[in-house]
Amino acid sequence: MERPAWAPRSIDISVPSVARIYDYYLGGSHNFEVDREAARKAMEFMPGLPKIMQANRAFMRRAVRFALDEGITQFVDIGSGIPTFGNVHEVAQSADSGARVLYVDHDPVAVAHSQAVLAGNDDTDVLAADLRKPREILESPRLRRLIDLNRPVALLLVAILHFVEDADDPYGAVAELRDALAPGSLLVLTHASYEGIPLPPERSEGAVDVYKDIRNPLIMRSREEITRFFEGYEMVEPGVVPPPLWRPQTAPEDEDPYAFSGFAGVGRTA
Amino acid sequence: MSAEPDGPEDRLRRLTTIWSRAVFPVTSTSLTRPEFEERLLPLARLLSDALRARTFDAGAGEAAGAGLVAAHCTAPEALSRSLDCVDAYLVLYCGEGGDQEDLRARSARLQHAMAAGFARALRERTLAEQEAISQAALRAQGVVAQALHASEARFRAVFEGAAIGIGIADLDGNILQVNEALLRMFGGSEQGVRGRNVRDWTHAEDAPQVWRLYEELVRGEREHYHVEKAFYRPDGTALWTNLTVSLLRDADGNPQYQLALMEDTTERRLLNLRLRYEATHDALTGLPNRTLFFERLEKTLNAGEGQRFGLCYLDLDGFKTINDSLGHAAGDRLLVEVADRLQACATAPGEMVARLGGDEFVALTTGPDTQREVDELASRIMNALVAPVRIEGRELTVRGSIGVVEGPVGERSAAEVLRSADITMYRAKSAGGNRFELADPEADARAITRHGLTTALPAALDRGEFFIEYQPLVHLGDGSVRGAEALVRWLHPQHGVLGPDRFIPLAEHTGLIVPLGRWVMEQSVRQARAWRERHGDAGPLRINVNLSPCQLHHPGLVQDTVEILERTGVTPDALCLEVTESALIGADDDLLKPLRRLAEMGVDIALDDFGTGYSNLANLRRLPVSVLKLDRSFTRGMQQFPADPVDLKIVEGIVALAHSLDLAVTVEGVETGAQAEQLRVLGCDTAQGWYYARPGPPERLHELALVDAAG
Repeated sequence: MERPAWAPRSIDISVPSVARIYDYYLGGSHNFEVDREAARKAMEFMPGLPKIMQANRAFMRRAVRFALDEGITQFVDIGSGIPTFGNVHEVAQSADSGARVLYVDHDPVAVAHSQAVLAGNDDTDVLAADLRKPREILESPRLRRLIDLNRPVALLLVAILHFVEDADDPYGAVAELRDALAPGSLLVLTHASYEGIPLPPERSEGAVDVYKDIRNPLIMRSREEITRFFEGYEMVEPGVVPPPLWRPQTAPEDEDPYAFSGFAGVGRTA
Repeated sequence: MSAEPDGPEDRLRRLTTIWSRAVFPVTSTSLTRPEFEERLLPLARLLSDALRARTFDAGAGEAAGAGLVAAHCTAPEALSRSLDCVDAYLVLYCGEGGDQEDLRARSARLQHAMAAGFARALRERTLAEQEAISQAALRAQGVVAQALHASEARFRAVFEGAAIGIGIADLDGNILQVNEALLRMFGGSEQGVRGRNVRDWTHAEDAPQVWRLYEELVRGEREHYHVEKAFYRPDGTALWTNLTVSLLRDADGNPQYQLALMEDTTERRLLNLRLRYEATHDALTGLPNRTLFFERLEKTLNAGEGQRFGLCYLDLDGFKTINDSLGHAAGDRLLVEVADRLQACATAPGEMVARLGGDEFVALTTGPDTQREVDELASRIMNALVAPVRIEGRELTVRGSIGVVEGPVGERSAAEVLRSADITMYRAKSAGGNRFELADPEADARAITRHGLTTALPAALDRGEFFIEYQPLVHLGDGSVRGAEALVRWLHPQHGVLGPDRFIPLAEHTGLIVPLGRWVMEQSVRQARAWRERHGDAGPLRINVNLSPCQLHHPGLVQDTVEILERTGVTPDALCLEVTESALIGADDDLLKPLRRLAEMGVDIALDDFGTGYSNLANLRRLPVSVLKLDRSFTRGMQQFPADPVDLKIVEGIVALAHSLDLAVTVEGVETGAQAEQLRVLGCDTAQGWYYARPGPPERLHELALVDAAG
């Protein structure tokens, strides 16, 4: 029988959600005990996890501003999770009131919450869809209503690709999205990696195992593998780097050591 | 913002910078530290103002605490670090010139208020966020539940609204749920269906595999099966269905339920049965028709070894007369009566009676002992017809002819058997009817050839498959060619050249002899004219043409002959018509009249095959004949040497008699010179035979005549 492609068979809030865990790391209360329990367990191995998330958010903020400076006013944020302080549309619309933002997530609770937060903001919308099925995103009426694919778009894949296993062909999905973008569009991407984590690998693996346990395996990729996502893009300086090193506005040496975990980068379509 | 160095504004900024440096590491804001510092500046100003206000109000502390939470500082460390900072630096940077003790007291109260404000704001924010996420979870659940509900509702609608019957039972056969359509099929009442067990639903007409398939399915050895199955409705009537049963498994793949889908085929089945009955039965008599009979016969003939069959093919004698004289209604009633009687004759298992059409019926018997049975069956049928049939106050005597075929199965096709029976029936009929005959393969073969030739005859005439050969008639006195006998041949595409004995009787039988005879006469007369034109000097050549009894009776004989002669422009004396003696036996004046008229016109009439019939010599005087053709049986005795003296005497007598009656004598079958000489001595006038020439094309005769003329 017909079921919305995104809708799970049931919503089980006794199962941790990566979106709510993320919110917890960022000091939010949009989470339940199961989420906090998983987050605390991961933090036993990597106490600095919240700092990694914070660095991701800070990078995203700088990247959105960069996009605005490039004249881009359309944003598609896939894997947007629970809207929290400093969301894309807040950053974008504070600089350009006409900026349009489409949030995409496959977590139905995150989507429902986003709908509540975005209610009344006509230049934003939220779409329940899965990065693994890019066609459903590209062909959705919500995207078509808000985003003009004939004009440049900033596509945000922040802290999401490390939740897509190779079996689900993340490179294919990213390429399909790229092919739909107009020239001058930007890909804003961050990805988890063992590189840069100020801990012995076995500690990091402990945190990774937590995600495996909650059936949202965290796929750690090398810098080279992460760079491959930018195939077909022209890298924006300084390329694929630890998040605090991407066009910093404050001295990177002030940053927490954990902030240098993983990689961030922005590419531009020709 | 520019501030006077070490002025109040500058000092406030320095306080804020220290504060932001202390708190920033424990926030999770995405702002940069300078941006974050800008968020703290208003809070610091609130505290600074309250510190120095004329009237102290601790509310500013609460607002600053709440402001921290608003700036996304939700970690407890953010508060403790903030309080440490306020405690250490607020009075130092913002309390210039005031009473130090009073300022410290105010700072302490502001810190207490800050803690309270932070706690209240954090609590409110936490509650709000918890509320929001719970709402979101609920809404998401609602969406999913709605989708599920919609899907379930659709399923239910499909289940209830389906035109097909749907039922679910457990693996023990207990019926758990059925839909409306299924209930309706069972007569609409629930009692006959709900709470019942599938295994109770046996029916007398269940195919053997129905329950074997069922057991395999509930044991999990089969995923589904499809059968045609009947059920008893509560009122006892039969419900026929196309039934599909599928095995439903649980999430782990273990058999859980059985699902039955059934389509009511009762009406369709009845209709099919009726259509089938109508298609296989004769509407008038209710007997099985040709279609059903052939089916049965074919089945019989394909049965296993050791089986035999016997078949009686009955055709009523003279039925056409009854139909013509009493009308079709009477004829139909007769057929119905006959059908009833026949049916009573074949009641044993393996016996059947059918009407093939018209007044043709068949009775079939099967089994190992049909050699005896078929005889008895034929006798029973003959006996059944003995009693007269009473129709419209008349007693009609019914007679029939039966062809009987009996034999082992597996040798002949149904069509072959029926043809043999048909031929045999005709044999019975031509033997006088009211009898039965047993099939005989040789008689069948003859009849089949005859039949083939008979049906091919009309087309053969159209296609010009006939041709004529001529056998010279030679004058015994001087050996000159006086004429020729026209002999028709059939160049059959398959059988080759056929002589008249093979097809003239058939042509007689079908009446085709009339056009065929006319054609022969016309061709022959043309030939005669050709000869006369070519060598009239060799004497008037005459053509002999045979007339069959049928032609003799044909009213157009004289006219046709006259027309042919006139059209061809030949005088009547060029034509001699040969009529057999037997054709004229007992001939009355009516029959002789056309011959007389022809003879008066000058056409010669020859009496053919003389000596084979009654040879009623007294009759000769009455007949308009001018030539006697002696049968070849007389000349055969003269082939030996010395010739049979009795034959010599007879021929001598006949010749004397003929001559005395002014008849010429022709002999046939002359094969030797001795014969010819003997016959000349005996006084015969003309002769024909192989000694002179075999029948051949007209050119041959031409040559002979030329030779003759030259000689």
